[in-house]
Amino acid sequence: MMEEFIGAWTARHGTTRDGLLPLLHAMQEEGGYIDDAWVPAIAKALNLSRADVHGVITFYHDFRRMPPGRHVVKLCRAESCQARGGAAIEQAAAQRLGVAMGAVRADGQVALEPVYCLGLCAVGPNALVDGRPVARIDAAALERIALEVAA
Amino acid sequence: MSRVFISRDMASVALGADEVARAFADAGCAVVRTGSRGLFSIEPLVEVEMDEGRIGFGPVGPDDVAAVLDGSHAARLGKMEDLPFFAGQQRFTFARCGVIDPLSLDDYAVLGGWVGLEVARAQAPQKVVDAVKASGLRGRGGAGFPTGIKWQTVLDAPAGDKYIVCNADEGDSGTFADRMLMEGDPYCLIEGMAIAAHAVGAGYGYIYIRSEYPYCIATMRAAIEASAHIVAPFVLEVREGAGAYVCGEETALLDSIEGKRGQVRAKPPLPALKGLFGQPTVINNVLSLAAVPFILAEGAEAYAAVGFGRSRGTMPVQLAGNVRHGGLYEIGFGITLGELVHDIGGGTASGRPVRAVQVGGPLGAYFPPSMFHLPFDYEAFAQAGGLIGHAGITVFDDSVDMAHMARFAMEFCAAESCGKCTPCRIGSTRGVEIMDRIIGARESASSVRAEPVEAHAGPSTDSGRTGEGYLNRALYSRAPDRINVSIEAQTNLLRDLADTMKYGSLCALGGFTPYPVLSALDYFPEDFGADAPVKEAAE
Repeated sequence: MMEEFIGAWTARHGTTRDGLLPLLHAMQEEGGYIDDAWVPAIAKALNLSRADVHGVITFYHDFRRMPPGRHVVKLCRAESCQARGGAAIEQAAAQRLGVAMGAVRADGQVALEPVYCLGLCAVGPNALVDGRPVARIDAAALERIALEVAA
Repeated sequence: MSRVFISRDMASVALGADEVARAFADAGCAVVRTGSRGLFSIEPLVEVEMDEGRIGFGPVGPDDVAAVLDGSHAARLGKMEDLPFFAGQQRFTFARCGVIDPLSLDDYAVLGGWVGLEVARAQAPQKVVDAVKASGLRGRGGAGFPTGIKWQTVLDAPAGDKYIVCNADEGDSGTFADRMLMEGDPYCLIEGMAIAAHAVGAGYGYIYIRSEYPYCIATMRAAIEASAHIVAPFVLEVREGAGAYVCGEETALLDSIEGKRGQVRAKPPLPALKGLFGQPTVINNVLSLAAVPFILAEGAEAYAAVGFGRSRGTMPVQLAGNVRHGGLYEIGFGITLGELVHDIGGGTASGRPVRAVQVGGPLGAYFPPSMFHLPFDYEAFAQAGGLIGHAGITVFDDSVDMAHMARFAMEFCAAESCGKCTPCRIGSTRGVEIMDRIIGARESASSVRAEPVEAHAGPSTDSGRTGEGYLNRALYSRAPDRINVSIEAQTNLLRDLADTMKYGSLCALGGFTPYPVLSALDYFPEDFGADAPVKEAAE
């Protein structure tokens, strides 16, 4: 199935190597992650070695090699959010959501991922909850997020 | 039917602007979504078109529609341009941001859009490069290299294919000016890139935007499509990053566009001569390119008339972190750090005293309030052992633990190092370990005041214990019981390591990580377990 997706993508966008990152983004958008099993097909489509493709996938933080949680909370860990109490919120979020930073909860319901700056630095601590930006996270906001991702 | 203006900037949306906009639309208003004005303590902000002009109300919520529309709402602010925060600014680059519908070509043209491009295209390329040189514009990404000189190198390079690359990988915490401009006035960046293309003879351009900025990516893609006929034959494309901070380094960014691991290239060759796909490439920050339309439209002299020393023109300063009135403040160089933090930013949001500010993102120095007389100027900051960087100022109150911030700087470098050079790849991890030892020793020293931490002998003096010979010494030299874990020894080791990283790293990630670490150590020694300030000759 992914072979078909790759074929359709390269038919539209070409097979030059600079298409690798856009292709990986498109595949992750489609499948949620990039399975190691798909690497040979990507390599073949763009005429690269499997090692080369593996090297690129593992270099970038964005590309996941395992299925993500059904909900993804990306919490900012950078300095400006820390200056506004980000470290305490990080601890509270891990506890309330029942998942360690950088992990997927055992039931697959939610993943807590670190992100280094969302560019909302005057209104932190900030997060992206399933792609939706949330600012000024406090205990009440955390509770709303927890209820949202429980659904 | 009232016309109201509400920001669609990602920060405004994070504060609830979408819900507010929906409520006004439901009440029958014509809602225009703009970029952000740049003062986040009054967001979500609603501006209502009234007889006396655009009157702002903020912050407001979805329940405030009626009170805002009849003008009785308590959060009535008046006209934005009369607020002290905006009245004091010199908005050259951000003149339209927050005022117009970002994707309206009409709005852009009415407020002076495309004039710079018209002026440029009526001139020979060399004249355009000369104008940028005369303006004194320096790279706004942080290095401060003269933009005109860079363009001249590319113009003089003989080649068929040349590229314009915009570095929109704004990864520094405390900075958001690139994001605000791209979301609030995308055509300004497009116009700047089209002028650069004319000036150096390039036909294709890339805007590399970090994946953490989804709103930016969407806005820029829509703006490129809508303005394609205006900038033609120049063609633009957005490339999305993938979460690697180091791709903000220009050569790593070029490798990333080429579909490779974002690893730093050794220079020379300069990107201006051998850049993207091995071709001559102008690679500039968003703010550098977005300053160009003003320079062409209003004249290089008008831009250069503002500024301080060799830093000409304006800088969009970003006030971030624990600050009461955070946001974007565009002003000529020369304003002092203290004016920015106290007079404009209003001190901390928590109401506690300011203890430190970090200027220039994760690779910038921490300064105490005793340094607040520093004028915002590339040279003044370099002399004080810091950097302006992308002009982000992150404010911390007195609850901050500077040893933890120094550890974080090393931890961040370890997480984001591209791995190409050893001082950065290994040094950052060793730096985290040293900071852990310092923090550990500090904590045990404060709990057992009487007993100083035992200083073990160094590896050279007891090499006999684990056997003789070079191999044995090498194997056991890092055994934990052979490391002198006293604060003094570890602090010296930290300085030594910082020196190696500063002078031995291939790029600014490893090379500048010592700035936050050493400035924290020098200005806040008490957080590192030292009693008195360490007297060090500043370099």
